[in-house]
Order: sequence, then structure tokens, then C-alpha cells
Amino acid sequence: MQNLLKTPTGIKGLDEITDGGLPQGRPTLICGGTGCGKTLLAMEFLVRGATQFNEPGVFMSFEEKSDELTKNFASLGFDLNELIDQNLLTIDHVHLDPSEIEETGEYDLEGLLIRLGFGIDSIDAKRVVLDTIEALFSGFSNEAILRAELRRLFRFLKDKGVTAIITGEQGESTFTRYGLEEYVADCVIFLNHTVYQQIATRRMRIVKYRGSAHGTNEYPFLIDQQGFSVMPISSLGLDHPASNERIPTGVPRLDTMLGGKGYFRGSSILISGTAGTGKSSLAAHFVNAACARGERCLYFAFEESQNQIIRNMHSIGIDLGQWVEQGLLQFQNARATLYGLEMHLVVMHKAIDQFHPSCVVIDPISNLIATASEAEVKSMMSRMIDYLKMKQITALCTDLSSISGSLERAEINISSLMDTWLLLQILEARGERNRGLYVLKSRGMSHSNQVREFILSDDGIQLRDVYIGLSGVLTGSSRDNQEAKDLAEALDCQQQIELRQRDIERKKLAIEAQILALNTQFEAEKDDLIRLINKEKLRNDTLLLDRQAMAKLKQADKPSAPLSTIKNNELGASK
Amino acid sequence: MTHLDDSPASPEDRWLLRLYVAGQTPKALHAFANLSKLCEEHLQGNYEIEVVDLLLNPTLAKDDQILALPTLVRKLPEPIKKIIGDLSNTERVLVGLDIKPLRQKNQRESDHD
Repeated sequence: MQNLLKTPTGIKGLDEITDGGLPQGRPTLICGGTGCGKTLLAMEFLVRGATQFNEPGVFMSFEEKSDELTKNFASLGFDLNELIDQNLLTIDHVHLDPSEIEETGEYDLEGLLIRLGFGIDSIDAKRVVLDTIEALFSGFSNEAILRAELRRLFRFLKDKGVTAIITGEQGESTFTRYGLEEYVADCVIFLNHTVYQQIATRRMRIVKYRGSAHGTNEYPFLIDQQGFSVMPISSLGLDHPASNERIPTGVPRLDTMLGGKGYFRGSSILISGTAGTGKSSLAAHFVNAACARGERCLYFAFEESQNQIIRNMHSIGIDLGQWVEQGLLQFQNARATLYGLEMHLVVMHKAIDQFHPSCVVIDPISNLIATASEAEVKSMMSRMIDYLKMKQITALCTDLSSISGSLERAEINISSLMDTWLLLQILEARGERNRGLYVLKSRGMSHSNQVREFILSDDGIQLRDVYIGLSGVLTGSSRDNQEAKDLAEALDCQQQIELRQRDIERKKLAIEAQILALNTQFEAEKDDLIRLINKEKLRNDTLLLDRQAMAKLKQADKPSAPLSTIKNNELGASK
Repeated sequence: MTHLDDSPASPEDRWLLRLYVAGQTPKALHAFANLSKLCEEHLQGNYEIEVVDLLLNPTLAKDDQILALPTLVRKLPEPIKKIIGDLSNTERVLVGLDIKPLRQKNQRESDHD
């Protein structure tokens, strides 16, 4: 069994959703409302065929003139004239004006077939576009003839073996106003241009593709300077790789809070906080650190211009300008309301594909959310995050929470998709607002549960411990006050101790002096006593001598007892 | 297949008609027969019919903006007019070629003289 052969369109994304391209050698119907990009898609099919696959093409236009087409597509960077000169393209403008044509009997559209056949043969074309063949219905009144001829035309195209695109205007209840789908049964692509809340989004859907698998969703597509691009962004499933590599946050203290090493590579980080809490500054640190490591960063800014961000980050000592100059950092600035959510996704997708960053910043993601319903946001974000994870791109999204909401209000929708969630919160007390940083969650790593004070200084972000004391959590000047107070108290206590020590010392000295005085007194008294004893002894001696002398004189016997007494007294005195 | 009247006519009166066909199909032959008859009746020989076979000159289909066959183009007098079909509806061919109004115009001009 031979598979259906396909002709690659070369249009970004379209070949993916059609699983290889349009059915080869068969016509494909592209239908949609006015201005949905039918002509562009068809022309790009030819241009890419000519330039990328060397397949010449014929563009038969029933609406725009050849030079108009050339001008229109020059603005998209396609040089049709060059392709025409190289015989890779033929543009045939079919002029139809019912007022100039008078029908007088039987006719057929052999002329059209001859023109087409000649166009195909002259450059050996492989691709054909008929844009918009329905114009025939307004040019000719005999619909029976017309329908028979159309059938012949499509048969003719198949016989020629060309891969054709037929465009058709959307009808009220049919895909095309004149039921072209009746003739083109192989592949039908529907382009849609919807406006939701005044924001237009282009979408594409493959209605049918006989004999081939194809994506059935509505895929958003984009028309820009590079032409047409479809984003086959579907939910990629949960089988993306998980890296163990850690990358610094750019704020050393925050690394410590996240298990000492920072974020996981390829993880998604949400920084939420109210206005002015320093979300962008934190993001800028991350970018700065990544660029300093030589990694490429893509910064999607939905609120500020590139120059504004660079200037503002200068004030906290970060020079992002140098990274832009070195080509490591690219800004994508757009207002969130510029286009719909899907379209933002497409634009971001495209930018990522072109720049190949290793880190992406979306600042702020909440602006995008405002443009769509909750369900859409979740679907879009999960697709975006799946995509980034698949590519191992670290994504840092900031989220502006409304002040009135609860602390951790940050879109419940998206927070569950995020691996790391940092909350920046204003701590308001005593007439000042200070910033506090919490790690609400961080999957797969131990992380600090403490609040840190977040200070934006000239040298960037600094995280400081907050004061946790009897009077609660204090930050800013209150914390400084409290710390000063504590210091004063400690000093005071120290002084008291010293004072008491000196007192004791003094008392000790006083007591010692008293002891000395008492001793002195005691010694004095003792001296007195000795002196008295000596005096008494002397008197006794004298008395004895007198008595002896007297006895001698009286010639009495020598007494013994008093003598011993004297000897004892002599011992005591000598002590 | 060209019929040219011998007497030189003023540009006002000279008719240049071109019939586009693709081969000698019954419709093409029909158209040529109808056209010849009609011209003889209404233009009194002051006309020229050129038949273009697109099978031989396919580029002319693009250059002259031909879609339906057979197509009759009134090249002169200006402005260019196109009539498609086998020209079997004579009334409509006359309207399409603007033959009656031209006569009226001639009459008006002669009235002025």
C-alpha cells in the first residue's frame, strides 16, 4: 500500500499539523472569511515551493491584479518579480466584470482551462493557486454551466498532476459561499478570524484531510514580516526531561533560601507580588546572572519598553544593556492587548524558536491573563510551560497580584503549573512599606520557610533577616529601631553590671580598710597591755630588789615563789 | 478566415470584431456562422472579423482576458465589449455589440448636419 504523497508547503507549522503537507496532485480548499489570510497562505505556498522545493507555481488571481499582488507581497519580503523572471512563478490575473460580458447562448470555460494549462506548461508548474475561483459565480450568470465547468476544471487539475490550492469565501452555513467543498473533497482547511474582547485572533483548522492523519484542533496562526506561521502548539504531555542542574537566581541570599543552589534548570518560576514589590528587579537579577554565565535570555516585556527596563535596572546596579549588545539578551516588547492570548503564545513561540534562549522571562504574565478567560489562560500556560520544559528552558514569570486580593491569590490557575513560587509582599507597619520575600513553594528542593526582607539598593537586591521578636515581625526602620533598642538595652545592662562590680570592689576595699583599722587598734591595745605588763614587771622587780635590799639589810631568807611568777611574765612580754 | 471590406471607412464606422475559439467545435462553428450572418445584416460590409484559435495561440487567452468560449470581442469602435456564447440569441448580441445605439447615434449626427 502506498501512502498518500504529500507536497510540503514550507510554511512554518502547517506541515506539522498536516503531517507532511498538502495532498500531492490534488486540490486543497482553503476557506474563510474576508481578510483571514487565504490569499497570503496560497501565495506563500507557491513562493516557498519555488524557493525551497524548486517547484514552479501558477497563481491565478480573480481578484487582485498582478502588480497589486507584487506590491502586497513585497511588504512581506517576497519578491514576486524575481520569481517571475526566473520562471518559477506565473501570475495570471483574470479580469471579470459582469457588466462587460453579455451572454448569448451556449458557452464553456475552455478559455480558462487553456490559460491555466498554458501557464502550467510554460514553466512546468507543480503548484497552482486559484484565488478566489468563486468570483466566476459573479461573472457568469449560468450556474449550471459554471458548475459543470468547475467539475471539469478540477478534473483537469488532477490530470495535470498539480497540487492546487483553491480559496473560497466563507458562506453563511457552508464552508464556502458557492459550495466549492463539493468539488474539492480531499483536503479542506478553514481559516478563522475571531474577535474576543476587541482582540483579534487568527486560527486555522483542518476540517478534513482524506487519507491522512492530521491535527484536528484550531491552531492559532500569525501573519508577520516573515509571512505565515502556524503554531502546532498542543499540550505536549508530561514526559519532559527533568534536569538536576541548578542555576543561580542572581541573588546569593535567595540561592541559600532555595537549598543553597538556586532554581532547577528547565523549571518554571513564578514571582508574584503587588505593584512595586520588585518583581522585575528580581527577574533582572536572574537575567543578569544568566547572561554573565554566557547563556541566552529572552525577555518578554508586556509593560515596559526595552530602554525603560535597561534604564531602571541601572538604578539598582544592573547593566542589561551590555548583554543586549553582546547578543545574549533579547527583548520582545509588546502590549498585552496588542493581540489575543493565543497570538501571544504564537509570537513567543516563534521568538523562542528563532533565538534559542536558555532562559525566558515573561514580565508580567498577569497582563496576558487579563486578555482571556481563566480556562484559556490555563490551557495556554500549560502549553507554553510544556513547550519550555521540553526545550529545557528555564522560565521566570512575574505576576502582578491585585492589592485587594488575598496574599496568595496569585492565579490559582497558573501557580499549580509552576515549580517554584516566590511571593513578594509589602509589609506595612508604622507608616512605611517594606518588602518581604517568601518562598511559597519550590518543588524538589529544601527551601527556607522564613520571610526575608527584600531591599533594593544601588548594588542590587539584598535579602536580610527580618526581626522576629516579642512585638512580631518587624522590617525596615522598625526593625532598625528595634535592633537599636535591643542594642541600647544590652549596653545598659552591661553598664549596670559594671557599676555593680565597681560597687562591690569599693565595698571590698572599705571592708579591708576597716579590718586594717581594727587590726591596728588591736595591735595598739596589745602594745598597751605589754607595756603595762612590762611596767608591772619592772615594778615587781624593783619591788623585789627593794625587798632583797631590805632583806639584805634585815638579813632575811631568799623567797622562791615570787621569782617564778616573774619568769612567766617575762615569757609573755617577749611574745 | 478574415473578411475585410474593400472600401476604407472612417474610424467611427469601422468595426473590428474578434472571435475567440478553441478548435473547430460545434459551438465555435455555430458562433462564427451566427456572427457572419448578423454582420452582413446590420453592418453592411463595414466590418472585419478576426478568428483566434486559442489552441494555436494560448498566450492570447491571458493577454485578452478570455475565460469563456466562444467569446466575441468588439475591438473597434471603442470601448471594448465582450460577448460570450454561440451568439444564437441575436437580440442580445446586438445589445451586446451596441449596434442599435450606434445607428441612433449616426442618425442623431446626421440630424445635426
